Amino acid sequence: MESVAVSHFPKRSNILEHTLHEITETLERALFAEEISARPGLFQSLDARVKILAVLGFLIGVGLSHNLWILALVYASTLIFAGLSAIPVDFFVKRVWLALPFFTGLVVLPALFITPGPTLLQLPLGLVITKTGLTTVLFLLLRVSSSVSLTLLLILTTPWNTVLNALSVLRLPDVLILILGMTHRYIYLLLRTANDMFLSRKSRTVGRLNDAENRRLLAAISGNLLSKSLNMSSEVYLAMQSRGFRGTIVTLKPFHMHTRDWIWLFVFFAMTTLVIILGR
Amino acid sequence: MDSETVFEVRDLSFAYEGKQTALDDISLKVCAGESLAILGANGSGKSTLLKLLDGLYFPSRGSISAFGQPLTEDALRSDEYNFAFRRRVGLVFQDSDVQLFSPSVLDEVAFAPLQLGLSREEVNRRVDSALAALQIEKLRDRAPHHLSGGEKRRVALASLLTLQPDVWLMDEPTTGLDPRSQSWLVEFILSLRKEGKTVIVATHDLELVEQTATSIYVFDEDHHIVASGSPEDILSDHELLHRCNLSHYHQRIKA
Repeated sequence: MESVAVSHFPKRSNILEHTLHEITETLERALFAEEISARPGLFQSLDARVKILAVLGFLIGVGLSHNLWILALVYASTLIFAGLSAIPVDFFVKRVWLALPFFTGLVVLPALFITPGPTLLQLPLGLVITKTGLTTVLFLLLRVSSSVSLTLLLILTTPWNTVLNALSVLRLPDVLILILGMTHRYIYLLLRTANDMFLSRKSRTVGRLNDAENRRLLAAISGNLLSKSLNMSSEVYLAMQSRGFRGTIVTLKPFHMHTRDWIWLFVFFAMTTLVIILGR
Repeated sequence: MDSETVFEVRDLSFAYEGKQTALDDISLKVCAGESLAILGANGSGKSTLLKLLDGLYFPSRGSISAFGQPLTEDALRSDEYNFAFRRRVGLVFQDSDVQLFSPSVLDEVAFAPLQLGLSREEVNRRVDSALAALQIEKLRDRAPHHLSGGEKRRVALASLLTLQPDVWLMDEPTTGLDPRSQSWLVEFILSLRKEGKTVIVATHDLELVEQTATSIYVFDEDHHIVASGSPEDILSDHELLHRCNLSHYHQRIKA
């Protein structure tokens, strides 16, 4: 499975179709991520705690680095790691760079023109791209793309529950890890419920709804979903109590470090140290 | 302590938020090793009764005793009583999604014994044994939201199997299961019976009752117990089943 978002909705004609499309895409992305995490690959074979420490180390290195070449090298490393972890590289690149212009590009674009410095390019309407401006933009884009790629590498190669359990290595309280896990688990359940509600409504909708009807429909479904989620939260609490939950939580934390994990931990440590030293 | 009596319910009434009646003046007794069916239509109060028996709700009126001791909110506040009770009684919820709240099957199945203070070695041993008994070893690291309905039900049962309770409370266990999973579930309940466990199943599935129950309490839609007895007596009383909305006569629909 190489592509993720298989669109079953060729034309998003209204809010109903659009919402269905978004929900379906989210669910498909979740399934694809789980499928990747089960593939044989470099990152999949490592202890989740090693991956978390490595990603954290690289993130700190990227944040501290003042060298464009080092940042580019870190980004290139993420692509190599992705390839070694059986993640389709084109998908990996697209996943990062398709979203980047919207979140970072818009913020960073003015810096291209307003940062004082030697002129690099003269544009019409008196706009000037400065060398310093371009360097600033490149720094930010490389920092963000490397950071997003590193995080993506972690979550695509590790089942979410394993990531959560491994967070205990950062001394996160078990109850917080449980809450994060439950949030993740029930978001998907509620997404499926929302999907069913939209599909059921769609199957009974003839013709096009006007904007007011669409808003009313969305409000009704949101209200219904909220009510369902409230009921479910109280039932889940009862289910936890029924099996001995008394406010504190005990978990298994089934991790075992192997020689291979220690070796890679050392490799990542050496790499992040180099990134920090050379990036100064 | 009366070792034969598991639960004794006396003149119990329960209303949600003090207004919406779910159970009205019911009394019943459950003995150890019994396989009891609570038979009733939707909304008759079966699920509420199971939650009361599991010490999750408490009666508006009347009383419940479990293993010869009063089952009250105050009693369950004591760690000692709570742990002893939770180790002996397990509830399988009607909606498996409610019961499977952990991020992975392994975490789910290990949850109860870990909370009840068993050692990690013992928990691991019980988890392996429960996963093998329910033939779901391959689901060990899967996330519950990616499982089918039948798989979720097996995980829900495994999550109690690790607790090894004496009393199994099951709320509509066949709901949403395909015929093969239903048949497997019947076998599972029968195996619990063979082991001498007490099983209380709330259902309106007459076939399940016929195959697994040794005694039956019937609830009507006004939240009362209207009959109790052996499966042979109850299931042959068609008028009773019809009156309680548990069976219906097919009528030819005229165009």
